[in-house]
Amino acid sequence: MDRVDILVTYDVNVTSEDGQARLARVAKVCKNYGQRVQMSVFECRVTRAQLEEMEAKLLKIIEPDKDSLRIYTLVGGRDRCLRVHGQDRYTDFDDPLVV
Amino acid sequence: MTGELLNTLYVQTQGVYLRLEGDTLRIQHEDVTLRNVPLHHLGGVAVFGNVLISPFLLHRCAEEGLEVAWFSESGRFQGRLSGPVSGNVLLRRAQHKALDNPSQTLYLAGRFVEAKLKNSRLVLQRAVRERGETEALALAIAEHEAALRMLPQARSVDEVRGLEGQAASAYFAAFGDLLLSGEFRFDGRNKRPPRDPVNALLGYIYALLVTQCTAALEGVGLDPQMGFLHALRPGRNALALDLMEEFRAWWADRLALSLLNRKQLTPKHFEERPGGAVLLDEEGRKAVIVAFQSRRQETVQHPLFKEPVPVGLLPHVQARLLARYLRGDLPEYAPFVGR
Repeated sequence: MDRVDILVTYDVNVTSEDGQARLARVAKVCKNYGQRVQMSVFECRVTRAQLEEMEAKLLKIIEPDKDSLRIYTLVGGRDRCLRVHGQDRYTDFDDPLVV
Repeated sequence: MTGELLNTLYVQTQGVYLRLEGDTLRIQHEDVTLRNVPLHHLGGVAVFGNVLISPFLLHRCAEEGLEVAWFSESGRFQGRLSGPVSGNVLLRRAQHKALDNPSQTLYLAGRFVEAKLKNSRLVLQRAVRERGETEALALAIAEHEAALRMLPQARSVDEVRGLEGQAASAYFAAFGDLLLSGEFRFDGRNKRPPRDPVNALLGYIYALLVTQCTAALEGVGLDPQMGFLHALRPGRNALALDLMEEFRAWWADRLALSLLNRKQLTPKHFEERPGGAVLLDEEGRKAVIVAFQSRRQETVQHPLFKEPVPVGLLPHVQARLLARYLRGDLPEYAPFVGR
């Protein structure tokens, strides 16, 4: 199955009711599919099915009138689409994983 | 056809703790998180020595069919997580029937050995092409050719084993000539424990490879213990060892040679233990695992399918072909022969 690199970013209005709780739940879903590369930015390598699943879970959490969620598909993979400067906490999970 | 090649997580840092955190695997050392890996990236987890795994993570791995295997710190296979029995009972029954059928057992044993002989010969011939002939190399190639000629006439599995044994001893008599660096010597195969660096390295890579073969067989629902060439023995994954014969020279031995000849491993990566055992040290083991994993991700043209297959999926492809042969969907089993 083909996998795609996606970029997920979000703003959750933490001053609104339950804002902190929503923020934590959004982060938790994102962590299950990928990795945090900046405070509210995740990179995930997922199948189409996993992407749909993840999106559906996130849509159940956020409040559309208060929060914002953006999912970018990195066509051709992050290697082609991304230039990173400064701190980089990304791990390629397809590389040999030896701890 | 080939499916997805999921990564294996190798944990060899002593004293770490693996736990389940949502749908991710968290690697902790004392209170520090070393890494989080989403489970959907993983096809298996291999742990070496003193590494703890939480019960919930184990349950989840069993549930999702993630292969978990335990090795000693030095790389000796210790055990494996086995989830609920799955796969096709009819397939396993076909496998048992084939083992009770002497002509089918002989046929399969012969195919595994044929592949082993061809792939070993390939390694020897490549050395001759690249560096010229030595006496031992010429002899070993001749032994392989003789064995390949006699193989179709073998009347019993014991005869097949005899041919294999003869060729293997010539192969290992010549193996020292394949080492370029003067820092390593090889005077024949020894194990349990290995008594020199080259044997330590071979043993370590074979341990990694047999786990891959076991996982591949289980993946298609075959019983990895029920082998045709290797004698049945409690606790021995005879069929995984059978399947591994196709890959020993082509994958494991060549990887060992390239690690040594490119000086990615040097004598300082090996340590001698009391009693004369020689083992890879932590840094050496890491280098081997990284090279092994990178090799898994390279693709090769499968001789049967005209499409590129990642090396790591070859055992799975072969396991599937074997299952189809046992079921009667294929009239022949075609073992993997590299180029």
